[in-house]
This record gives sequence, structure tokens and C-alpha cells, in this order.
Amino acid sequence: MAMSPGKRARLSRGIQYALLGVIVLVAAVQANWRLILDSFVNPAVLVELVPEIFTIALKNTVIYTALGFTFGLALGLLLALMRLSSVGPYRWFATGVIEFFRGLPALVVFIFFAFGIPTAFPGYAVPFDPYGTVTIALGLVGGAYMAETIRAGIQAVPKGQMEAARSLGMSHTWAMFSVVIPQAFRIILPPLTNELILLTKDSSLVYVVGLSLDSYELTGFGRDALNTLVSVTPLTAIGVAYLMITVPLSIVVRRMEARSARAR
Amino acid sequence: MTTTPTDPNAAAIDIQDLHKSFGQNEVLKGIDFHVGNGQVVCIVGPSGSGKSTLLRCVNRLEEPTSGKILVEGIDITDPDVDIDQVRSRIGMVFQQFNLFPHMTALRNLTIAQQRVRKRSQDEAVEVARRNLEKVGLADREDAYPAHLSGGQQQRIAIARALSMDPDMMLFDEVTSALDPELVGDVLAVMKQLAGEGMTMMVVTHEMGFAREVGDNLVFMDEGAIVEQGPPMRVLSDPQHPRTQAFLSKVL
Repeated sequence: MAMSPGKRARLSRGIQYALLGVIVLVAAVQANWRLILDSFVNPAVLVELVPEIFTIALKNTVIYTALGFTFGLALGLLLALMRLSSVGPYRWFATGVIEFFRGLPALVVFIFFAFGIPTAFPGYAVPFDPYGTVTIALGLVGGAYMAETIRAGIQAVPKGQMEAARSLGMSHTWAMFSVVIPQAFRIILPPLTNELILLTKDSSLVYVVGLSLDSYELTGFGRDALNTLVSVTPLTAIGVAYLMITVPLSIVVRRMEARSARAR
Repeated sequence: MTTTPTDPNAAAIDIQDLHKSFGQNEVLKGIDFHVGNGQVVCIVGPSGSGKSTLLRCVNRLEEPTSGKILVEGIDITDPDVDIDQVRSRIGMVFQQFNLFPHMTALRNLTIAQQRVRKRSQDEAVEVARRNLEKVGLADREDAYPAHLSGGQQQRIAIARALSMDPDMMLFDEVTSALDPELVGDVLAVMKQLAGEGMTMMVVTHEMGFAREVGDNLVFMDEGAIVEQGPPMRVLSDPQHPRTQAFLSKVL
């Protein structure tokens, strides 16, 4: 019975691995592989998806996300600075915007923009549609989240940094943008990546805007292919396509983090 | 040193009946105090005595509650005064160094010169290199603060303040966060600066430095100046019982 803690830990880990292995093995043996392959990765269906899945759907997902994220980041920074402002009305306004758009499902924001704006302002259209509406709607949703992340980042920068910059005669604004915000963004790089990945997936909601075929992003494209080709294989394909965006993104950010860790 | 003060005979720093409260807590209870041009004044006292707050009021990192602070004859408590302009002539060095960690040593020294002093890149770099050499770190201009020891960081911080060509320098317990063996290098730089005639206000626990370099020693306790005079006299023959009690603990 006398077993050293190290030995006991190794034994317990060995049992865990064995159990996991058995479960996977049983599942693999029981599964109907022929049917799985036939419905989820059907080569005949896959051929139908190329090249549009890349040239239209993947491309549009990246464009919508990039536009939404860029606008959202700018908006988030503005809202964060307003929340930290000493001017009361700025703080209240920013808090209101953040709470409103963070609390609403992204889908509701999209529907509001797609149908609310044309109803409220007949005769006016959001410029550069569908990009305009997508940028604003996605940016508002993302910006409301990012504002709180950015605010936390700014507050995590030691107070002495602002004081040192001010003691050299820099204005508050200049000290903020050249000293505090660059450090804040280093701190919040991981949660911002999270936000970008969430936004990549939220971009699938743009279908409510009523897109034409060549404006389809991945999910819209997948749904369409699902119906016309009567197969779930398109969903597997777009799933892989989403991972082709998000996994390299995570790797790039991890590299950036490692690099900035070395510099500090 | 650079800009012309309004009154050439004015004291570098002239503090009149300065009060500062944080909420209900009165930290400075009426301070009157001068620093002459080229003088080195050391401020000592137990923690919580208000000495750092006093120093931070001089460049308005803390807003005084009442009283006047004249810097080269200009009342900096006047709300119309351009505080950025005033601060650019008062160098400050902090206990925690506060170097900008995302910039190299050289960039730490040039950014405010270019932005505030409106110097060209070349001129700023030249001034920065001269000051890095002065603090003995000419070979570390490309290093990031994280790659420098505490003592080196603090000397860079002094060089950063000096690169603005300030008329006076404020030192806020600049050796308190350093390992004992690194304190000497920083004090040597400060001593050299004092020798060159820099006006200095130094909050410190280094009694040796105060004795050797200081022209005036100020002992503060509970938000007031208890005793001041030539360092030799105050340190060897303190008059006030609170000064005696404090010095008996630290010497």
C-alpha cells in the first residue's frame, strides 16, 4: 500500500489515459464509417463547392470580419476613453451604449439595422451596402465588448506611466496615445483575439441583411449549398474553412505575445 | 538654465502656506518653504509625513488644496498657467523609475524632447546620447527597460529628465526600490548633478547623501515642517524631540 506520491500520480494518470483510449476505441468501432463519410465528407458534393467556397464565401467572411473588427476597435477605444473621462455626460453616454449593444443578441442588432434603418429613413440607404450595414452592425456589437476590455487594459497600466509622461510636459492626450494605450493593447492582446474570433463567427449573421449570392459569407453559402445539394457535407466544408481563419489567427497572436513577453 | 524666468532674483521654488487634503485626511498642514537657485534641499521624515505629497505638489501631480507655489516666480497653482510648459522645466525622478517599457532607452529619452521641446530627431538623439553618457550608460541605448537592472533603469530615468534641460529636479525616494549594491551608482549621478549647480529637491532616506550633498535639510512629520537647517547641524544636533526620535531610529 505504501506508494510514493509520484508513483501514485503516474498510476492515476495511466488509468485516465487507458479509460479515454477505451472510450474512443469503442466509439470508433461502433460508428458507421461508411455512412459518416458518405453524408459528411461526400467527395461528389465537395467538388461542387469549389472554388466558390474560397473565392466568395471565405473571402467575404474575412472581409466582413475585418471591416467589423476595425470599426469596432475604433469605436471600442472611443467608448473606453469616454468611460474613463472626467466629464460626466461622456461617461454616462458611453456606459449606455456599451450596456445596450452588449446586452442585445447580435442577431437583433442586425435585424434592426437591416430593416429598422430603411423604415425609419425611407429613401436613405447605408452607403456601400452590404458592407456599410455589416460594418456598422458588427462593429457596434464588437465595439461594445471591446470597450470594456480596452478600459480594463488602460486601467491595468501602472499610474506611474501617465505621471512620468505628464512630468515631462506631455499633454494628457499625447501621454495616453503614446505611452498608456500601447501598453494597454499588449496587456489585452489575448482577450482582443477572442473578440476577433467571436466576430468571425458573428459575421455569419449578416444573412439577415438579405444578401445576393456573390455577397454570401461562409454560413450563408453553407446553408444554400445544404438545400440545393441535399447533403450535410457543405457544413463540414465551411467548418473547416472557419478553422482555416481562426487557427492561423491564434498562432499569429501567440507568436506576438511571446515576442512582447521577451521585450518586457 | 534655458527659459528666462520672470524674475531673475526669484527663488527657484517658493512655497507659501501650502495645504493638501485627500478627502477628510489633511496631509499637508501649511507648508512654507524655499529652495534657492542651485540649492540642494533634502526632505526626510517618517513615512506618511507628507514629504512625497509636498514634492508632487511642486509640479502639480497633486493639486494643492490651498496655498501658493511659485516656481521661478510663476504661481503654478493659478488655473490659467500652462502646466505642461511648467512641468517641462521641472525634471522628476520616481521611486519606481517609470520608464516606458515599450520603448528603448534612447526612445525614452527622445520622445518628450521631440514632442514637447519640438526638437528634431537628430538633435534629440544627440542630447539623449550626451545624457546617457553622463549617467554612464552610453552603451545601453538600444536596451529595453526590462533588460536593465534597477540601478540602470533609475539612471536612465534621471537621464530622461535631464534631456529636457530642466531648471530644477525633483527626486522622490529614488533609491528606495533599489538593491543596496545598486544605490551607490544612482547617488553618484545625483551628487555629480548637485556639483554642477542643479537645483534639487530630494525626498530621501539616505542620510549620508543628505549630509554630504545637501545645502539644507528639512525634517517633516505629520504634514508639517518640524525642523530645518544645514544638514550637519540638524543631523548631529537636532533641536526638536520628534527630530531626535526619528534620527535615533534611522542613524
